[in-house]
Amino acid sequence: MAGTAVLGRLKPLTWRVASVADIHEETPRTRTLVLDVEDWEPHRPGQHVDIRLTAEDGYQAERSYSIGSAPRHGAFDLTVERIDDGEVSPYLVDEVRRGDSFEIRGPVGGYFVWEPHQGGPLLLLAGGSGVVPLMSMLRVRPPEVAARLVYSSRTLDDVIYRDELETFGDTVVLTLTREERSGVRTGRVDDELLRQVGFGPNENPRIYICGPTGFVEAVASTLVKLGHAPERVHTERFGPTGR
Amino acid sequence: MLDGNVGAGRLGEVFALELTSARGRCAGCGAEAQIAEARAFVEAPGLVLRCASCDNALVVLVRTDNRYVLGMSGLAWLELRG
Repeated sequence: MAGTAVLGRLKPLTWRVASVADIHEETPRTRTLVLDVEDWEPHRPGQHVDIRLTAEDGYQAERSYSIGSAPRHGAFDLTVERIDDGEVSPYLVDEVRRGDSFEIRGPVGGYFVWEPHQGGPLLLLAGGSGVVPLMSMLRVRPPEVAARLVYSSRTLDDVIYRDELETFGDTVVLTLTREERSGVRTGRVDDELLRQVGFGPNENPRIYICGPTGFVEAVASTLVKLGHAPERVHTERFGPTGR
Repeated sequence: MLDGNVGAGRLGEVFALELTSARGRCAGCGAEAQIAEARAFVEAPGLVLRCASCDNALVVLVRTDNRYVLGMSGLAWLELRG
């Protein structure tokens, strides 16, 4: 019913409590938190949540983290990478324990979102932990939608979701930037790699790029140079919060 | 450097319709883009979104204990989907 949908949107967005139901180590620097939230509605793949931590003296820190899981009721998974001088990520990666809780706001975001009804082909490009929201998309992609994930990681040990990514076969193309390993590509995501493994502009793929700013801007401009329409290219940058 | 995607939660407290997927025109240089494509600054007292083409401040949102202060003079228009 249309009226119901409008009322749903008009519910004010506020902070609510998420509790840690489970924790999985992904890499030495990242882990996945399984978070339970009362009345949580399934998110849209690509969306994120904001997390707010409050210190005893009232100081608050707020950061955004992408949802990596496929949409489901009542819970979602965040995969967080530790930023060594960060205010929030060291707590989430090193300190938080099962049963702990903190405040979240979300799910939010409507631009960096892909849902199966939008169709494909789907071209996903990840730099480091930028793979997290793209994984949510890949996990809901129906087999009839052609997709490719090009994932740039510093080393093989830094690859998040490695075991699961292997089950996707040729859909996933991994490239390492700081290490050489037999059987794995090395080097940056450049025009040569994109010509080889990306879809061509004539196939009109929907493109989603997520990673550090430098990665996102280099890959986006390369794709536009290769002839992809800028409006098909969706970007999400992460990095230092200020300046 | 962050982009406008990071503002979705803060803006979602104020707007009924999703704002980062809205399309706007910069009142400074005339560039048209989605709000998510702006540059975002969150360590200022509030959220500041700047035009990716000319750096003009498009949206400023400051939250205090009991009110929101919103400035949008940097936007000539905004098209929201709903």
